Amino acid sequence: MGLADIIIKFILIVIIFAISLVIAMYSTYAERKVAAFFQDRIGPNRAGPWGILQPLADGGKMFLKEEIIPTNASMFLFIVGPSLAILTACIGSAVIPWGQKLTIGSHVVDLQVTDINVGILYIFGVVSLGVYGVMIGGWASNNKYSLLGAIRAASQNISYEISMGLSIIALLLVTGTLSLRQIAEQQTGWHWNVVYQPLGFLIFIICAFAETNRTPFDLPECETELVGGYHTEYSSMKLGFYLFAEYINMFISSAVMATLYFGGYNMPFMHHFGFSENLVTILGVVFLFIKIFAFIFFFMWVRWTIPRFRYDQLMDLGWKILIPLSIANIVITGIVITLLK
Amino acid sequence: MEPLSNKRKLIESKPLNFLERAYLPAILSGLAITMKHFFRKPVTISYPEEKREFSENFRGMHSLKRDEDGKERCTACGLCALSCPAEAITMIAAERQHGEEHLYREEKYAAVYEINMLRCIFCGLCEEACPKEAIYLDGDIVPADYLRKDFIYGKDKLVEAPLNQ
Repeated sequence: MGLADIIIKFILIVIIFAISLVIAMYSTYAERKVAAFFQDRIGPNRAGPWGILQPLADGGKMFLKEEIIPTNASMFLFIVGPSLAILTACIGSAVIPWGQKLTIGSHVVDLQVTDINVGILYIFGVVSLGVYGVMIGGWASNNKYSLLGAIRAASQNISYEISMGLSIIALLLVTGTLSLRQIAEQQTGWHWNVVYQPLGFLIFIICAFAETNRTPFDLPECETELVGGYHTEYSSMKLGFYLFAEYINMFISSAVMATLYFGGYNMPFMHHFGFSENLVTILGVVFLFIKIFAFIFFFMWVRWTIPRFRYDQLMDLGWKILIPLSIANIVITGIVITLLK
Repeated sequence: MEPLSNKRKLIESKPLNFLERAYLPAILSGLAITMKHFFRKPVTISYPEEKREFSENFRGMHSLKRDEDGKERCTACGLCALSCPAEAITMIAAERQHGEEHLYREEKYAAVYEINMLRCIFCGLCEEACPKEAIYLDGDIVPADYLRKDFIYGKDKLVEAPLNQ
């Protein structure tokens, strides 16, 4: 790998990092706007035209707030918690293929930070790490509400990771590879995996809601029961990091869902117009982001529609319904694939 | 027991069938309902820029009226202060001097007329009590302020602007 390649990769990493942070930032704005529209309101409209500077105002407020570390909190872990949450949220984007190859002069730029052959496992590992941020933060706060929220987050994530993994196994039976790049390449035109794995996608999206702690599975920060949940004791930018991590997670899981099930950067008839390679690549990136935004909108849409599950209902759904369903999905997929061969 | 009214409604509690237990159709119909609201016109009124129209019998800030020649109608009879259930109105009467006939309609007038807007309950009894049709609660909402003393409105804020202005 030459110096030029390293520089290109570095620039790519910075761009992806910046994009995911900006999207997370504007997801907070979008969430408030979308919530307002769903409730026949206007939403934030004071900071800048249509309120588009609202995230900056929020961020500025977060930075300027007093930083409180409770006396009985475990100081080190109290700081590690939100750091870990935002770290794991940010590194998930490394294996997502954002587009095909872009040719600039003599350089061919791969629009993916790294194409490891176990991309899905990497994402899965990062997602599982995410719960540690919540768990450590909640435990270090030395507050019963935080602890309850953290325990809920941990048990919820562990329960739903199982069915998420099982639904991915059914997908892997279809694709035959763990590399996200190859999975995206396989889905050219209309060969989107959601067509072959509708049940798997349903299970995956439900688990994605649970993994990102979004309504109807937002029990870890359930305000009515647990004050603020695992971030009750947090203030200032440490609280901001937790909130921010949630939105980055939402962005990343939308990207993963778009890549795994909705063809990633592929769009029907993209190669039939006779555009140049670079234009097709750029169009592909645009399509991918349209899909991602659609998913983010869906996350918000569901949030303002469905009430929160009760804790036992959550566990019932996870263990008694989703896991058997996903196992059945694997069996059916296996049978069908064997018969078709 | 016999029902006392015809409002009694028998509730059927059947066990949920499969579609209802699957929960997804219910979620989809819920999503459809929220989507309908997404495209609905917001009901918000952005307050400082646009204001909701008051109803016709809205009672806002008081104003002390002038007659058709621009003279103050109030004669400081004190009936408004007497009728006020919140005891918000105080006044000091004075006698009209020579050369002040163009200012006050009657021989007696209110030299000081104060309403404590924090005490006032905007019931409109002063308006009803006034024999001279001098006080009406036809103004806007009383604006916010920082100090309690600034809510005691004197004649400078209450009396209508003179006619020639």
